[in-house]
Amino acid sequence: MSDTLGTDTADGRQSQGTPGAGDAATSVPPAPPRAAAHRRGRARMRLEIAVLSAPAIITFLAFVIFPVALAAYYGFYQWKGYGEPTDWVGLNNYKLILTDPAFHDVLWHNGLILVLSLVIQGPLAIVLALLLNQKIRGRSTIRVLIFVPYIISEVIVGTGWSLMLQSNGAGNDLLHRIGLGSLEADWIADPDLAIWTLMAIITWKYIGFAVILMLAGLQSIPDEIFEAAQIDGASYWQIQRRITLPLLGPTIRIWAFLSIIGSLQLFDLVYIIWGQYVSGTAGTSTMAIYMLAQGRNAGNYGYGSAVAVVMFVISLIVALIYQRFVLRRDLRGAVTEGTV
Amino acid sequence: MSATTTISRMSPAPEPKAPTGRRNNRDKPQKWGSHVTYFIALLFVGVCIAPVLYIVLGGFRTNSQITTDPAALPRPWVVGNYIDILKSTVFWGEFANSLIVAITSTAGIVALGLMVSFVIARYDFKLKGAMYSLFAAGLMFPMVIAITPLYLVIKDLGLVDNLLGVIIPQIAFGLPTTVIILVPFLRAIPNEIEEAAAIDGMSRLGFFFRMVVPLSLPGVVTVGILGFVGSWNNYLLPLYVLNSQANYTLPLGVQVFSSQYSTDTAKVLAFTSLAMLPALIFFSIFEKRIVGGLTGAVKG
Repeated sequence: MSDTLGTDTADGRQSQGTPGAGDAATSVPPAPPRAAAHRRGRARMRLEIAVLSAPAIITFLAFVIFPVALAAYYGFYQWKGYGEPTDWVGLNNYKLILTDPAFHDVLWHNGLILVLSLVIQGPLAIVLALLLNQKIRGRSTIRVLIFVPYIISEVIVGTGWSLMLQSNGAGNDLLHRIGLGSLEADWIADPDLAIWTLMAIITWKYIGFAVILMLAGLQSIPDEIFEAAQIDGASYWQIQRRITLPLLGPTIRIWAFLSIIGSLQLFDLVYIIWGQYVSGTAGTSTMAIYMLAQGRNAGNYGYGSAVAVVMFVISLIVALIYQRFVLRRDLRGAVTEGTV
Repeated sequence: MSATTTISRMSPAPEPKAPTGRRNNRDKPQKWGSHVTYFIALLFVGVCIAPVLYIVLGGFRTNSQITTDPAALPRPWVVGNYIDILKSTVFWGEFANSLIVAITSTAGIVALGLMVSFVIARYDFKLKGAMYSLFAAGLMFPMVIAITPLYLVIKDLGLVDNLLGVIIPQIAFGLPTTVIILVPFLRAIPNEIEEAAAIDGMSRLGFFFRMVVPLSLPGVVTVGILGFVGSWNNYLLPLYVLNSQANYTLPLGVQVFSSQYSTDTAKVLAFTSLAMLPALIFFSIFEKRIVGGLTGAVKG
């Protein structure tokens, strides 16, 4: 078939032989005898498209897009979660959110977590990935083991860590045993320490993911480039700085994007550790926790929905800024043209 | 090693032997680092694994052991905590719920995702780009943001405290990643194969089931694993949707169990260990695929 058409762009539809690109189809009209078959083929193609894509699109619209739209709608009401919302309050919920000192707190926490995640995990992951990218014994075992924290659910991680970090837990006992008893502290309940405890746990949980991504990125760099640099007499550090890091750029930028979005959405870990074992959230509360507390727990769904919208807008703005200025090159075409 | 690598650098002539020497070359300049490397690697692995070991070993201790010596090894080892949990219907009920939810969600994610990705990758129509963008944008709608209204939608559908109320939204939220990963896989299937199938009289749908599904298997497996692990670990949605213990999934069960038995730390640790075991087993079986899938996702 490709012989008769003499082109690879044919998308393989046997009966009509329409070239792949839609535009091209209009510029190269099919031979007249084929027109009827062509029309039948098109109808059939439409049907197939509809049948194959409808389930996914309907599910996606109904359970992802529609709820987000609904949040925007409920956000304008003072709504208790039952019956039709009637108590229109306009932008009042948003005014309350933006002027609530508690919201400023959670926003600050999310921002701090975002920045610290990037600053701590990024360089650490790159260094560890460079180390592990060498041919050392047991490399694949190491790769499996460092990924374990990422695989275990937040609930289990949170439960385990909170038991270890209680004031009479294993963490303090260990410090005591190795002669660092003076460092013992109430890691979870002390409001000054809590955010750093959270950062330590976040780093522990997600660093493996970052390292694995960076390793994957490193391994996609062709060896020939390193060989060429070595032949030219570049030192190890020159190679890392001038070749590895730039070529690892796309991986780093994508990881950072995932990390940023994750930081803004953080919920499970904080809720499990601080919601369960400590009264109050000891200075670690996040936007998502605020949303749950104000919305569902207080029965004020209108307000909760407005918080969700604020979170969404913040995520969207951050994501758009990031894509515009950082990811532009990596994602060009991926989202807009559908060519990955 | 230094001898052979030096030779291969000094004399570029024996090129055909390159495949074995290629990777060695990269390590050579920092050969001094090998001991340091091992040390740091082991330290890193230790930090990653120690808390997990603490949970598992803690289940083998008694509460008095934990109280007097929180950071010690079990002495003596007791298996009673684990046996108690393994005998409890609560644990197995929650395990079964998790399994049902994870398997059904995964099947849904893979089936719906594969179908729509096939359309996006291999059909030409006006809305193709919009369809892809819709799902790509969905990556920015994490469940946390939509959870309040999502709960209301689930409530209106009468699916509160019903496993379907967890499964269907999980499928919906799993679709963006699935589409992003699968579309390149499906696009990479050579047109010649499709043409050959067409010449042999295979319909497009026949081609889909008989050729596309098998050929995109690596992508499908990756997507399936991501869906399974994500579903198995999901906490937020069950927290909102499920409210009777008979319907709890394991993450919810762990949380409830640990607050119910907050004084029985050893038992909580045993419960927690057993709850993480399935994910760990699943992960160790498919580890290569997971890592490979992530690589693919990043490249995409």
